[in-house]
Amino acid sequence: MAMTRFLIRRILTGIVVLWIVTTATFFLFFARNPTIVARSLAGRAATAAIIAEVTRNLGLNQPIMVQYWHFLTRIVHFNFGLSYYFGRIPVDSILARDLPRTASVVVGGVVLWLVVGISVGILSATKARSVFDRVSTVGVLAGISMPTFVLGELLLLFIYVPLNEHGFTWVNTGYVGLSQGIGPWTGTMILPWVTLATVQAAVYTRLSRGTLLDTLGEDYIRTARAKGLTERRVVYRHAVRAALTPVVSQLGIDVGALLGGVVVVETVFGIGGLGQDAITAVYNGDLPTIIAFVILASTFVVVANIIVDMMYAVLDPRVRIT
Amino acid sequence: MSITELEFQATAAQTGTVTGAIEGRSQWQLTWRRLRHDKMAVASMIVIIVIAILAILAPVFAALTHHGQAQVFPNTGLSASGGPLSPGSHGFLFGTDELGRDLFIRVLYGARISLFVGLSTTAMATVAGVSIGLVTGFFGGWVDAVLARFIDTVLAFPFVVLALSLAVVFGPSLTIVIAVITFFSWAGISRVVRGQALSIKEKEYIEAARSLGASPWRIMFVDMLPNLIAPVLVLATLSIPAAIVFEATLSFLGLGIQPPVASWGNILSDAQSYYQIAWWYLVFPAAALLITTLAFNLLGDGVRDALDPRTERIFAAGRRRKRRMAGTGTTQIDDMVASILADSEEG
Amino acid sequence: MSAFVDPEPGQSMITDSLLADDVLVQVDNLVKHFPVKGGGLIGRTVAQVKAVDGVSLTVRRGQTLGLVGETGCGKSTLARCIAGLIPATSGTITFEGHNITNLPRRKMQPFRREIQMIFQDPYGSLNPRRRVGSIIGDPFTIHGTATGAARKKAVQELMERVGLNPEHFNRYPAEFSGGQRQRIGVARALALRPKLIICDEPVSALDVSIQAQVLNLLADLQDDFGLAYLFIAHDLEVVRHVSDSVIVMYLGRVAESGPKQPVYETPRHPYTAALLSAAPAADPEAAAARHRIILTGDVPSPINPPSGCRFHPRCPKAQDLCGTEEPALEVKVGDVETHLTACHYPVQTGENLADAARAVRGEAS
Repeated sequence: MAMTRFLIRRILTGIVVLWIVTTATFFLFFARNPTIVARSLAGRAATAAIIAEVTRNLGLNQPIMVQYWHFLTRIVHFNFGLSYYFGRIPVDSILARDLPRTASVVVGGVVLWLVVGISVGILSATKARSVFDRVSTVGVLAGISMPTFVLGELLLLFIYVPLNEHGFTWVNTGYVGLSQGIGPWTGTMILPWVTLATVQAAVYTRLSRGTLLDTLGEDYIRTARAKGLTERRVVYRHAVRAALTPVVSQLGIDVGALLGGVVVVETVFGIGGLGQDAITAVYNGDLPTIIAFVILASTFVVVANIIVDMMYAVLDPRVRIT
Repeated sequence: MSITELEFQATAAQTGTVTGAIEGRSQWQLTWRRLRHDKMAVASMIVIIVIAILAILAPVFAALTHHGQAQVFPNTGLSASGGPLSPGSHGFLFGTDELGRDLFIRVLYGARISLFVGLSTTAMATVAGVSIGLVTGFFGGWVDAVLARFIDTVLAFPFVVLALSLAVVFGPSLTIVIAVITFFSWAGISRVVRGQALSIKEKEYIEAARSLGASPWRIMFVDMLPNLIAPVLVLATLSIPAAIVFEATLSFLGLGIQPPVASWGNILSDAQSYYQIAWWYLVFPAAALLITTLAFNLLGDGVRDALDPRTERIFAAGRRRKRRMAGTGTTQIDDMVASILADSEEG
Repeated sequence: MSAFVDPEPGQSMITDSLLADDVLVQVDNLVKHFPVKGGGLIGRTVAQVKAVDGVSLTVRRGQTLGLVGETGCGKSTLARCIAGLIPATSGTITFEGHNITNLPRRKMQPFRREIQMIFQDPYGSLNPRRRVGSIIGDPFTIHGTATGAARKKAVQELMERVGLNPEHFNRYPAEFSGGQRQRIGVARALALRPKLIICDEPVSALDVSIQAQVLNLLADLQDDFGLAYLFIAHDLEVVRHVSDSVIVMYLGRVAESGPKQPVYETPRHPYTAALLSAAPAADPEAAAARHRIILTGDVPSPINPPSGCRFHPRCPKAQDLCGTEEPALEVKVGDVETHLTACHYPVQTGENLADAARAVRGEAS
């Protein structure tokens, strides 16, 4: 019961946040001279006819609050207008086409980063100061210092290029859809996943190692050991649960960084997902796509945060009461 | 008795009576001493100083080689087939890019941008973060309720979204970069300062200050701030490489420094099309970025360890245990005494 | 410690009007409730912690008022209300005739020079990151009374006066022992020559041998500077040693108050009697001759105090009236005018309360 109330509260807060973001976006882009707005929406290659059409379709000469209301209703129906840069294609069709690409990158990357990061962190903590630990510490330090795009380019240079030169073409740039087979799909995804995951994994390795070491030093762990529980049980049943809570809360903060990483990875590997669309849109002044990206991204962040909060509430019952 | 007390007595015994006001060893002197003995930290400091010197002297190098940052050399700077020149040829230390520009000079100028952005954004973010964190932690109540939520929102905010929006509306530039990076850096510092302030606020010496009639500002900046500086310093040192990477990423995506002004980020962006035939185009700027970031990260770790002797104690205990097992005869009581002394040093 | 003379029972005291000029602090019906917030989005107040529930007291110039009670009786809260650190819920606090209740900081500032405080924890009450000279010099800086070399000189004089080496003013608190740190606290409190120093259990955290030193220092300072003390403690022997008058608090209310001799020799409130009986006696014969009054029941919580007399659930003399009607704080038969007790059935001279307590507990005498 407490959990459902907690969930409902978080969802309500999330909706409020989304509303604020949408409103801010609207006023940032639309609260100017209608001619300027029309021109920016129509894209760089706009002719007078297109500008007139945009003004008419979106009712840009109407009072601002009327426009705002129409904007909100359109957004709720996923109608983001037309992208003039891409040739008057509805923006939501672009989104629908490119979403699977971004989703592939994100899901694989996140899974990889969490699994590697936390398991290496736990192992390092349990074998503190061993060879494994020292090696992983060095790796962590290198990982944290490595900007995502640099890693991506280095991987391309030192792995993709030599492999391809020697005829081993499984590892590829660009994107091959899942429908064309798991093999080819993974081939295009493996380097992006590693790139996306490495920096974050390093951070999480260090974090989980640190929190687990702290937890293992607590008195109640000493009691568990004194009771005669095996080390394995002590660590995995008791310590890890407590150690994971800071990791989970960090996850909530990192969702924002994740988006940045996705955009970078897509750009480096030419995946053509939503991130790359956004960057292209900036280059070309394609405002409707950017607006769609901003709102989509915010929705993702809000939803992800709610999920993270639920995970945190499962791990730490105290949170549910507040 | 603290360690300084022991040391003082030891030296007093050696040198006879000591007269005059006795100066206690401050936290800073002790920290500096520990830092000096940390080899990794010292190495990092040296690397950073070298990079800084090179960056400052970039115009000097440009004048010496007669290669400007944006100067193209289509004749001497390109290979026979019109591609970038490999390192070492024709006086181009790092080779050239596709336009025949001197990569070495460009990397040096990129260092100027990176260091400038890193240091300036961190400085501004620290001032803002500490002030806001102190105010919200100290005053509590509705001020804290509002500001804490704001801090959390900023922390979780996807930077891409903001950078994109600003770039679209105002056009990408150095100013946008500094604004975006500062905006995201202050929140992390603020959150830590707020947490510390909340716990320090309950301490009795703060109550004592209030009972003396100290104003809230005096309490915040004279009484609380000195107790906060340690974590702030660590965070600030670690914020610098984060800011440098941030700037490089923004420039890489085209949302930051625009060519022909050289930034490691935009050099690496251009390198994407040429690295298959010109590995140096990718490797040298990447190495510069990595070395700088690594150096600052190591320094930050070193500062953290130097400020907090407790982590030292955990590993010192391991050393003592090993020594004992090797049979040098230290006992458990020695361990306890040593750790108590280490503790009292913190006050 | 002072020229105050304990009067004979029945003899009237020097009249109030003559003594009125001697009143430094007058507290009338002070109430301090802390709200307990329930859960939920709004955080409504579900209960109140009644830390101080109607206390009146008087501190006279140059004298020491001892404030005794067990943990949770509200004495620290009371002290902080008087010092202006916590806002009072209701009631008045007057200093030399001026109403200082809940004054805003700026208006309170001049009174801060007259009312100072010494804290219990020698390790927590000094800022570990500041030098001792700076800490002691704080009052001068805050009130702008001395700067630069003059301030340094004043600080060093203070250090010497409390028994510290003035050449240590650049040291950090970590380099001093507990007793020395309390002396630093005393020096800080003394800086502006206040008229009242509130001592919140100043020796509780010190070793017994050091306690005597610090208490003697406080006594000397009182003689030299004409200080008044509000001395809070839970140790009755310490309070007896230092105080001129005593107040015994229980669960936010005054149980008994008066000059120390009548209260200590003829306690009227069963709680006071029980406390006194439990105090360790140095003489083994006296200790053996003591009849320990052992109370039953748990200490009730200040959120839900018992009805009527707050002590009645634990009182060996409790009767029906005690559970329904709150006893007034008044003079009992045979006591001097200033010895007040809040009890319906006060302890009579010669009454053996230990036996009564045992009977209540159902044991044989």
